[in-house]
Amino acid sequence: MFILIVGAGRVGSAVARRALESGHTVSVLDSDPLSHERLDKDQTTTWEDAGGRFTVSTALEIDGLIEAGIEKADVFMAATSGDNTNLVISQIAQRRFDVPRIVVRVADPARAAWYAEQGLITICPTQKAIDMAEQVVLAD
Amino acid sequence: MYVIIVGAGKVGWNLSRELIVRDQEVTLIESDHRRYRIVEEELEHVVQYGDATEMWVLERAGIQRADLVIAVTGDDEDNILICQVAKEKYGCKRIVARVNNPRNLDHFKLLGIQPAVSATDLILRLIEHEVPEYGLVQLLALEEEQLEIIEIEVGEGSEAAGSMVRDVPLPDGSLIISVLRDGAGFVPKADSSIRAGDQVLLILNPGLEDEITPRFAPSEVESSA
Repeated sequence: MFILIVGAGRVGSAVARRALESGHTVSVLDSDPLSHERLDKDQTTTWEDAGGRFTVSTALEIDGLIEAGIEKADVFMAATSGDNTNLVISQIAQRRFDVPRIVVRVADPARAAWYAEQGLITICPTQKAIDMAEQVVLAD
Repeated sequence: MYVIIVGAGKVGWNLSRELIVRDQEVTLIESDHRRYRIVEEELEHVVQYGDATEMWVLERAGIQRADLVIAVTGDDEDNILICQVAKEKYGCKRIVARVNNPRNLDHFKLLGIQPAVSATDLILRLIEHEVPEYGLVQLLALEEEQLEIIEIEVGEGSEAAGSMVRDVPLPDGSLIISVLRDGAGFVPKADSSIRAGDQVLLILNPGLEDEITPRFAPSEVESSA
């Protein structure tokens, strides 16, 4: 599979590395060139030598998304630190580039739920934390 | 009319003032606390503090009964999402969004956020209006209604120059609605004549411009084209 991940933060870079190790083609896009370091950290080879791709661009720039390979992507993951950016670019991936599977990280539980109803696969770390905390706090 | 405006920058603040003067009910939402404090001194209860990309903030402002939502923050993603949620989740009939970076205009269109207003675009249109050698100026585009109004200069020796309105061969879906001459404008009849140097306003379905412009182009331009 061709997997495009926008946002090389803790989540994005960890998923990218694991996907590459599992033999997928992985392309990562981030506006910050230094974020590349997270992809190389604790690795014996560099991200590129391991076969990964990296593009520096702001997430909303169509040219950047195309350079990163969005037209060929089977999976698109929006994992920047901004909910609003993630929700806009994943809808661009959905409506403009017809990417078959789109995963979007949304910190706000209310919008994660509503956009999930609109057909996006949303991952809400806040909701996960709430659910886990609830279990632990309310455990007998 | 109940209007919710998001973003208390220069645009949002002044827009609120103007609408209040026109006796409209307004709520202004601002997410920066310092800015909120400043604006609140003047607008008091009209301004609310909060991030309007969060649904509960819109609900607290009464989104369910809003007739119009205007998103004029300095962030295009925020403006897109605020309008999208207002329209699609809460069924708000009318939205207006500000485009900060004109390169993002396609994203607004793709996600159905219309009208999207870009200051750069507006200024560019004013320049075109003031600089007649551009030939054709788009004055108004009603995207959903599929209509636009353009202004075009009647060139020397063009087909239109010296013709009556009824004799200018125009495609179906277009109509001459006004003629500007010597600083004054009038609404022409079928037998009004058009002269070289006039500015003509037409209403048309988008896409017909290429059929229309040759009728008004100066003769030498047309022969070389």
